[in-house]
Amino acid sequence: MQGSVDRYNFLFRSTKGLVLVAIALIGLATAFFGMLSGPMAELGIRDAWVRLFNRSLNPIEREGRIVMLYHTIAMAVVAIETYIITAIIPMKQPQRANINATITVGYIAAMLGGLVFAYFGHNWIFHGIFIAGQALIFFAGVLLAIALSPWNKEYRARPGSAMGPGGMDLERAAFFTMAVATLGSALFGAVPASFSGNGFETFLAEDVVREVHKDALQLSVIGHLHIMLTLIAVALALIVGRWLDFKGRLHRWAMPLMIAGTIVITLGVWLVVPFEEIAHYVIYVGSVFILLAALFLVIFGFDKLMRERLEQKIAQANIAQKIGALLHDPLKFGALWQMVYMNFVVTFIGLFMAIRLDKVIRVWPQREERITLTGHWHILAGIIATIILFYYADTLGLKGKARQLFGWFVIVASDVAFGAAAFFATKRLYVSESAQQPLVDAVMLMVDAGLATVLVALAILMVWRLLDLFRKDGWWKKELGEEVPQ
Amino acid sequence: MKLIVPLLIIVTALIVACAAAQAPSTPPRVETGVDPEVWATVPAGEFLFGPHNHPVKIDYAYEIMVTDVTNAQYARYLNRALADGRVKLANHQVVGAYPGDKFTGRRHEKQILAGDYLHVPIGDKDLRLVYDEKTFTVKPGYENHPVVAITWFGAKAYCEYNGGWLPTEAEWEKAARSSDGRAYPWGNTIALNQANFYSSRDPFEKGLGAQGGTTPVGFYNGKMYDGYQTLDAPSPYGLYDMAGNVWQWTGDIYEGMHYRYMRGGSKGVYGYNLRVWSRNSAEPDYYGPSTGFRCARQSK
Repeated sequence: MQGSVDRYNFLFRSTKGLVLVAIALIGLATAFFGMLSGPMAELGIRDAWVRLFNRSLNPIEREGRIVMLYHTIAMAVVAIETYIITAIIPMKQPQRANINATITVGYIAAMLGGLVFAYFGHNWIFHGIFIAGQALIFFAGVLLAIALSPWNKEYRARPGSAMGPGGMDLERAAFFTMAVATLGSALFGAVPASFSGNGFETFLAEDVVREVHKDALQLSVIGHLHIMLTLIAVALALIVGRWLDFKGRLHRWAMPLMIAGTIVITLGVWLVVPFEEIAHYVIYVGSVFILLAALFLVIFGFDKLMRERLEQKIAQANIAQKIGALLHDPLKFGALWQMVYMNFVVTFIGLFMAIRLDKVIRVWPQREERITLTGHWHILAGIIATIILFYYADTLGLKGKARQLFGWFVIVASDVAFGAAAFFATKRLYVSESAQQPLVDAVMLMVDAGLATVLVALAILMVWRLLDLFRKDGWWKKELGEEVPQ
Repeated sequence: MKLIVPLLIIVTALIVACAAAQAPSTPPRVETGVDPEVWATVPAGEFLFGPHNHPVKIDYAYEIMVTDVTNAQYARYLNRALADGRVKLANHQVVGAYPGDKFTGRRHEKQILAGDYLHVPIGDKDLRLVYDEKTFTVKPGYENHPVVAITWFGAKAYCEYNGGWLPTEAEWEKAARSSDGRAYPWGNTIALNQANFYSSRDPFEKGLGAQGGTTPVGFYNGKMYDGYQTLDAPSPYGLYDMAGNVWQWTGDIYEGMHYRYMRGGSKGVYGYNLRVWSRNSAEPDYYGPSTGFRCARQSK
């Protein structure tokens, strides 16, 4: 009995356990519902899924199902980031416990209610559970914002880190800003959904990009999905900064930029509804601030990785030794490298699309533009997921060969997949429609192989953790002992 | 070193992949038994429009072609229209006059002034028509395939030359689904042998990959072709190919934008894009290997 209680405490009351449960649920949802997507449908797996579960997936409801699936996965990601934030940012233990408990019930309710409602019959009770879950997540967000208050005199800036007036911890302020911006941006999506009630006409943003007359609800939904993904990325950048003990001059530059960027980009997205054209320029300004802050983090992180490995003898090291030192820890290097790589497969392509929209992208049929858009944010979401995996693997204490193998497999495989996906999304720049098939076959093979490798690496990690739970004195016990149950 | 091997594999794969695809060989000549000269009548009345099934009323009856316009039909038209002077040749292209669109100066809107616009890019690799400096003929085997690589201007001109018009989106959708809110012309599910879409494994994908080639109009009519059994997939009004094969230009011109819309999905997109409300859009001078059209006309 005590063993079960201990395991429950590990899974639902410790940070590592809570993150493990959320990653496992995301992995299961991705693997299970991913069987319904394009390449899987091509292989006939979708049809087998439908037969196996005796489901009739009404084609009219496809967009609704997808929206529900995205939301449930995103909620779990938000929960993971929240667990990490409550663990690494000083706050009172009851606050930590309340936030984590609330968001855990919330995201699991949203996930179960949402997916059952969407894929297993439209029982409105499950829709209610989905909504209730989201409300709990929002409430947990309010609690988190309160706990992160940068004005609390108990939590001043660390020595050497960015400091505001009266010793205010600007990193804490950046977390706080992100939390408040996320709450507002959640409302930015929730209000139109609630306003329309059950009569909301579901659509995917990529399907309406060329429509001249987008109503306020459509604009707010489009803004909502963009800003939520952005804020998830901001939160993750801050987490990585904390993980690497980001401080010093670059930290003092980065934190004000991160705070200003988060505020500007969030306001820019909200402005999309009343002033769509101006809003884009505001968003660009906010993006530059955030990208600069992330750049400072990467410079600091790369330098730190080298210095730590070379034991401060960096001045005497040659270039090969420096590169070797930089690459010696694939988990920490991977988290930073993915931020750099993101610029090649997301940011630069996005900039190109924005600058050459009318001259290039909109000369193509809308279906081609749609592929670039969906590719763009799928890659960004994927990169975010890999950074979370690096962080999580590090917290598990992966060492030696396991650390090297896991880290490098995820870096190489995911970057092959994301690079190929970016190539696929922009294929019309290089190849005509009638000549595209060999290219499509090659890049899709790379995407599938890359993602499959990442999923296998994740599955190995998950199976290891699952088997560990059956051991009386497994890692879980050690990890539980390191942390006071919340 | 760890990164060099996968990097080399990737670069090699991309170089191989970027090599031009082999030109499709002459397709097998397949008679479907569906006559592309036949028109179906769509009665006046209300139907459910778009993904959210909004009731829309079309208060007149009209006729619409049972199939897409074929290469043979378009070649015939070009020879007559060139002789009549309705279209002309310029810089190895077929062009024709267009009166221009109202321009409102909205963001992203391009101005379309009165003038001559591209109808048919002669010599384009996707075009199944050949011009020998006198007449247009069809590449062997493609006679009853839908005409492709025709611009919106070229599609509109064809329909008007033949006394009709490009169907509006509403006319097109009503003809595709009638009034019961169905998602596909034949019902609410889609099977591989019901329409020509990406990786539907039809005989015209052989050697071409998942995107494949066009299928002859009316191919999915329940017949067996050399061992390949199709399902009969007409719309409620007896129209074929209202889902898949080629996107179909529609005639609407919307204020504030220069794009023209297409319906029906094509051989190059996944099955869900064949739902009757799925839209695609492009500039009116766009042409491609997966874009064709059919015409509507007044009910007799």
